[in-house]
Amino acid sequence: MSSSGIYQVAYYTMMMNLYNAMAVRIQRRWRGYRVRKYLFNYYYLKEYLRVVSETNDAIRCRRKKIASHGNQRKALEEFAEMKEREEKKANLEREEKKRDYQARKMHYLLSTKQIPGIYNSPFRKEPDPWELQLQKAKPLTHQRPKVKQKYSTSLTDWLACTSARSFPRSEILPPINRKKCQGPFRDITEVLEQRYKPLEPTLRVAEPIDELKLAREDLRRKEWLRNVNDNMFLPFSSYHKNEKYIPSMHLSSKYSPISHKEQFRSEDPKKWICDKDFQTVLPSFELFSKYGKLYSKAGQIV
Amino acid sequence: MHSLTVDLWIPNGQAGVMSLLRPLLLDVVPTIQQTAALALGRLANYNDDLAEAVVKGDILPQLVYSLAEQNRFYKKAAAFVLRAVGKHSPQLAQAIVDCGALDTLVICLEDFDPGVKEAAAWALGYIARHNAELSQAVVDAGAVPLLVLCIQEPEIALKRIAASALSDIAKHSPELAQTVVDAGAVAHLAQMILNPDAKLKHQVLSALSQVAKHSVDLAEMVVEAEIFPVVLTCLKDKDEYVKKNACTLIREIAKHTPELSQLVVNAGGAAAVIDCIGSCKGNTRLPGIMMLGYVAAHSENLAMAVIISKGVPQLSVCLSEEPEDHIKAAAAWALGQIGRHTPEHARAVAVTNTLPVLLSLYMSTESSEDLQVKSKKAIKNILQKCTYLPALEPFLYDAPPNILKHVVGQFSKVLPHDSKARRLFVTSGGLKKVQEIKAEPGSLLQDYINSINNCYPEEIVRYYSPGYSDTLLQRVDSYQPLIN
Repeated sequence: MSSSGIYQVAYYTMMMNLYNAMAVRIQRRWRGYRVRKYLFNYYYLKEYLRVVSETNDAIRCRRKKIASHGNQRKALEEFAEMKEREEKKANLEREEKKRDYQARKMHYLLSTKQIPGIYNSPFRKEPDPWELQLQKAKPLTHQRPKVKQKYSTSLTDWLACTSARSFPRSEILPPINRKKCQGPFRDITEVLEQRYKPLEPTLRVAEPIDELKLAREDLRRKEWLRNVNDNMFLPFSSYHKNEKYIPSMHLSSKYSPISHKEQFRSEDPKKWICDKDFQTVLPSFELFSKYGKLYSKAGQIV
Repeated sequence: MHSLTVDLWIPNGQAGVMSLLRPLLLDVVPTIQQTAALALGRLANYNDDLAEAVVKGDILPQLVYSLAEQNRFYKKAAAFVLRAVGKHSPQLAQAIVDCGALDTLVICLEDFDPGVKEAAAWALGYIARHNAELSQAVVDAGAVPLLVLCIQEPEIALKRIAASALSDIAKHSPELAQTVVDAGAVAHLAQMILNPDAKLKHQVLSALSQVAKHSVDLAEMVVEAEIFPVVLTCLKDKDEYVKKNACTLIREIAKHTPELSQLVVNAGGAAAVIDCIGSCKGNTRLPGIMMLGYVAAHSENLAMAVIISKGVPQLSVCLSEEPEDHIKAAAAWALGQIGRHTPEHARAVAVTNTLPVLLSLYMSTESSEDLQVKSKKAIKNILQKCTYLPALEPFLYDAPPNILKHVVGQFSKVLPHDSKARRLFVTSGGLKKVQEIKAEPGSLLQDYINSINNCYPEEIVRYYSPGYSDTLLQRVDSYQPLIN
């Protein structure tokens, strides 16, 4: 019926007007508070001006003193005094903070009603000042150990098949009660496990072949970083003179120590295919790399 | 040969003198070389024609060449010649740079003898003084770190000259100032503010102000060297130049941002500068006045801080008693910046009776254009916020029409709300004056006059309107008495 519609509209308008009027009242109060507290705080301004005029007076009478003494050294001394005072204050504050921290750590040493603490011995006339400090201190809570993210660089980082391009991983987890797709599909968790299975490289692949040489290079590089000057210290002063050592007649004989290579192997460089000698490297055990991986699901014992 | 000193000046024979002195520079006896160099230096020092003659006579390359190898007396004399030639004009300084003297001068800066270092630093300072390219050439020759080392030496004269050279280098552009700061000069300069020698202080303060004036970062770096509140003690020094340079330094720091001004005010800088203004006369006051203007211009809290440090009476004293127009203009500008924020500020300025002085400066024909413009702006800014009526009343009588408009506008804003002011306005004759103002109907002035008239009952307005006595007499004339 249209008449009840009109009443409803009128009622609605009246209520909205009421709400708006109330909102204006609330906003008025809030705005006044905000302006007085943050935008223009009259008492803060008065306080600031008072402090400024006090500083001005201090400067003026100090300078009058200086002018009457007529000596710049006074200014130096006054300035030094002021600096000293400020430093002492800062030191005192630091000490205070340290003591407070210690009191917080030793809070459990406070005496209880039954048992007097170590600072409140019954044989003393009055308790140690530490006792009062402990009473004032708040107990210190354990800091939860921060979990450090370890940056592990593994082979998986450079293998293409687990890169984000081929298997995009989103940061949010899939919803918990996802409806199962209809059809003869495998369990989704199994599929994801298989898809994102981490790489298990063999022992031979996992370590680089010339690992020892690389480690030596690394060490040499690190040492080189520390050097101020690249010219190495020479063992004695005429080292740079490349004079071949001419041994004396007595010392130069055929009976000199021979290198191990000559001792054990006979080399013929003409027969070498490439210029470089063999690398001394031990092969890995093939047997061990196949351990646990024959006829089985990955990672499980046969 | 040994007694060759050319203290007498030969007017037209300069060329002859130069060609006589030049071979003496190559003489076998070292004393003759030194004395010849000294003579050339004194000649070149005297005026720039002689300095040009030195340059034209190809003497500079010879000097530079032997500068590297000779003993310290010769080095001092040769550096003196270079300085004397370089100080006159940028072209002569460029000639010195072109003959490769900068590298040798920088080598002289590393010498053991402090006299040699001083002469070299002085020459470099004079060369760098002229313009930014020459300064850049001096910096490129690697002079700045050596100058910073020279500042740390114990001899006072060397410190002075090195500080003045750094000041001349830093003053041209922000990049050059940054170079000086990067060499670590600011910390050493800040330490030397406490030195009792007046000339050293004045050079050091000048160097710091040249560094601080270019940008906010540089000013902050100077402030971080902890110059406040030590600089404020320098403001009370006996030497005029020290006071002036200290005021300049504080002004260059305060002008950049409101935060820096706040820092200066918090350290008590406003009071110190105001006292300093009170104790000097003439051009020494100018940086202090400008500093107060800059501080007050940033925000109204800072302007209020300047007011409570009793700055306004001092500024009005400066305005009235200084003879020079540019100082008056600066004082007028500063007062305008203080008074333009709120009615409180305008009242503080108006109470000291400065507004009539400003008006007279604006109206007088002898004031320079700059002074007139600045005082007009100041009056306008203050009047637009002024609600202190006793100060406004004199303006009704002698102000020109463009200012009168503002004055009447202010009255029209204040009078409707204040009954005591209305009464005072009538009894002091202000209402009468307002009625006498002729204004075009429809203009702003007429609107203001109408709003003032609406504050009063009609009889009073009619009583004070001009020609009222005539209309009354006319009524008397036309009145027919009742004959009974």
